[in-house]
Amino acid sequence: MITEEVVDLSRLQFAVTAFYHFLFVPLTLGLTFLLAIMETVYVMTGKEIYRDMVKFWGKLFGINFALGVTTGITMEFEFGTNWAYYSHYVGDIFGAPLAIEGLMAFFLESTFIGLFFFGWDKLSKRQHLMVTYLTAIGSNLSAVWILIANGWMQNPVGAEFSYVTMRMEMTSFFDLLFNPAAQAKFVHTVSAGYVTASMFVLGISSWYLLKGRDVEFAKRSFRIAAAFGLASSLSVIVLGDESGYAVTEHQQTKLAAMEGMWHTEPAPAGFTLFGIPDQEARTNHAEVKIPYALGLIATRSVTKELPGIADLELQAAERIQHGAVAVGALERLRRDSGDAEAKTLLEANKADLGYGLLLRKYTQNVSQATPEMVAQAARDSIPKVAPMFWTFRSMVALGFSFLVLFGLAFWHSAKNTFQDKRWLLRWALWFIPMPWIASELGWFVAEYGRQPWTIHGVLPTHLSTSTLSADSLYFSLGGFFLFYTGLLITELYLMFKYARRGPGSLGTGRYHGEQGSGGPLGEKALAAPIKTIEGN
Amino acid sequence: MIIDYEILKLVWWGLVGVLLLGFAVMDGHDMGVGTLLPFVGKTDVERRVVINTVGPHWDGNQVWFITGGGAIFAAWPLVYATAFSGFYIAMLAVLWALFFRPVGFDYRSKIENSVWRKSWDWGLFVGGAVPALIFGVAFGNLLQGVPFHFESDLRPVYTGTFFGLLNPFALLAGVVSLSMLTFHGANYLMIRTEGDIYARARKASLIFGSLMLAAFAGAGLWVAAGIDGYAVTSAVDPAALPNPLDKTVEAAPGAWLANYAKYPATLALPALGFLGGLLGLLLAWRNRPTAAFWSSAVAELGVIGTAGVSMFPFIMPSSSDPKSSLTVWDAVSSHLTLEIMFYAAVIFTPIIIAYTAWCYKVMSGKVTTQFIEANDHSAY
Repeated sequence: MITEEVVDLSRLQFAVTAFYHFLFVPLTLGLTFLLAIMETVYVMTGKEIYRDMVKFWGKLFGINFALGVTTGITMEFEFGTNWAYYSHYVGDIFGAPLAIEGLMAFFLESTFIGLFFFGWDKLSKRQHLMVTYLTAIGSNLSAVWILIANGWMQNPVGAEFSYVTMRMEMTSFFDLLFNPAAQAKFVHTVSAGYVTASMFVLGISSWYLLKGRDVEFAKRSFRIAAAFGLASSLSVIVLGDESGYAVTEHQQTKLAAMEGMWHTEPAPAGFTLFGIPDQEARTNHAEVKIPYALGLIATRSVTKELPGIADLELQAAERIQHGAVAVGALERLRRDSGDAEAKTLLEANKADLGYGLLLRKYTQNVSQATPEMVAQAARDSIPKVAPMFWTFRSMVALGFSFLVLFGLAFWHSAKNTFQDKRWLLRWALWFIPMPWIASELGWFVAEYGRQPWTIHGVLPTHLSTSTLSADSLYFSLGGFFLFYTGLLITELYLMFKYARRGPGSLGTGRYHGEQGSGGPLGEKALAAPIKTIEGN
Repeated sequence: MIIDYEILKLVWWGLVGVLLLGFAVMDGHDMGVGTLLPFVGKTDVERRVVINTVGPHWDGNQVWFITGGGAIFAAWPLVYATAFSGFYIAMLAVLWALFFRPVGFDYRSKIENSVWRKSWDWGLFVGGAVPALIFGVAFGNLLQGVPFHFESDLRPVYTGTFFGLLNPFALLAGVVSLSMLTFHGANYLMIRTEGDIYARARKASLIFGSLMLAAFAGAGLWVAAGIDGYAVTSAVDPAALPNPLDKTVEAAPGAWLANYAKYPATLALPALGFLGGLLGLLLAWRNRPTAAFWSSAVAELGVIGTAGVSMFPFIMPSSSDPKSSLTVWDAVSSHLTLEIMFYAAVIFTPIIIAYTAWCYKVMSGKVTTQFIEANDHSAY
């Protein structure tokens, strides 16, 4: 039997491996496009310094990408190894976008990335540029399909339960594809990746400028990152808001938890800027509210009400009772598929089947559940408020700080004064880790906020795991911990090493720290268009 | 839905086979190269030559493996769920061994330190050899049946142990797959190298090609003589909604040979395994590496096809509760999903093959020690 310990360990392992994987994804998503932009400038102007930029930032990209691939394989395996019942129950829908991601996107990205690194001397300028774009398109298409899969976990459209096959089955591929939750998630997530990559280039370039080395190289990188970063941070906020709107429609429990809305408020609800949520007393202390704001953001109206936690629990309790009937009918049908009465009962209560399954945490015999069990399961249906409330606000605050930083960076790069603004350069340098933190917080809000479900309203988390012993889980967790720690240390060591060496690591003899480099003058000369035909 | 459910179920059995074959031909050769790395390259520069023969391609090739996993998830969700969770420790071993590849390729030559580089060389060896071995071991266990059953809500429960997987027949099957991929990798190395490395790769091709033939023959005889197959004993409705518990199954001696008697044309597959292997050996010996490479690819088609046809319609037979066995009829996705995934596979697979071929064409030619020395900063 699956114990609570196994469920908790499985969740811990998935959280650790997914968070870890997402340390590498955002930089890949964004840096591929930055590389494509830099290379476009190179092809258009013929200035060799831009090719060096593509090669150098590409080197750092490669160090990051290797771990993105490594940790991505874990994710592809883990649904099967650790979430076997999930894989069976929703594989008919969830597996499809994962497989299409491989066929359409990951192949494209991975095949052309080899040519990106190794094809410089074998391809014409335009061919290589095309290869770089195909890599960027591949990595971003990957995100499309992964987020279609994840979007379906948040808002399971286009599927229906079948008692014969004992699983969810796809009824509309179109609905799965154009799931509003997935659309909003995709644009928000890739924008976050663009912000991450922009901050990475901006921060490291700032460091060179602070040190007064590789100045021409760093200035050009800074300008591109500032412009791309400004556009991306605007988009991450606007589209994040769109994502919030999507949540309102499909996951009211998530919204209520992240807003700390204990009770339904008259429309339009206020936005709690600050407060200290108290789960026991079901209230927020020291609340500071902006009137009307939440209602406007979440419903795009002044009249629609947003349900609070108390009301949502009442709704859940009702659905759990209907769901218990559905589970009972399903059990009868599994014993005798010809039971007509059970079929009618199941049909009538099918929409609440998942809610009935919430009771499995407390009893095997769902149809005999006590009112206390129903009440407990209804409380389970809302994620804990404080973690949601704080992570969401931290993410939003970080998002706005990126907008300010990139706004200033862009302003000063337009006026060509940024190289003297040491406060700005330092800010950019120390802010390098922040987009990663914001991304991880975002995923926490999305995934913790979906609890107690793996598929919202359909399949509870505690039923989704594999039938494994706790010992197996301790073994795998220990292994992941060792491997991932070792890999992270190695990756950071190389990343710091190459970032410090800078473009000098390309071995062209033209940059800081290289023997026979011409210093700033030699680098200046590079910025002029090359007259000769391309070559090394 | 345009295509019959029954046809789609059959087609997906074939498509999973195609993906497995794609994996063996493409990722297989760079896993073989990884396995051979510490042995065919004696100096650091020689090893860099070996690594750079697959440097631009290993990543794309690895996607055959990842897409194979994804396709099994989408088309055979019960197989994905049951096999991946049942073979938990073995899957972790594959996964952790694979960790060494991306980082091994990309990080190895970024630091000039011989301990660092040698460690990654062995990492790449592990990343090539361990998965190649375990895939064969997995097939060896599938052929014998695996102890698992389903609860009434179709929750898979595996009741065997990790060490139970490492039985003699399964290990022999592991030798088949390891030697097959190493043979194939050695042939690839011959295409892309010259001089000492070429000579060592040729020797490796002759050794592992012979080993593969011997192990494949041995496994075949063992199956014919001593391994019970499985047979469905109730009526099968191939178009029915998939429900693995809705049938009866019995273990039966010789059942794994029944398909060859029923459809003699399928005997072509084991024949291709032997012919491809023999021809590959001959061509490697005669210094015709490109033809040898395609011959070992044919051998892979024969060997994988033999395993598939022997077990058909079974994918994962259960030794402890035969009726829980998974077959191509009852482990599959819904009609709609199979059809959509069919279109996705049929559209994208040729495109993938086309651009992969272009990339190999662009990067073709021998990798030499001079090339490594001239590209010290950009080569792997």
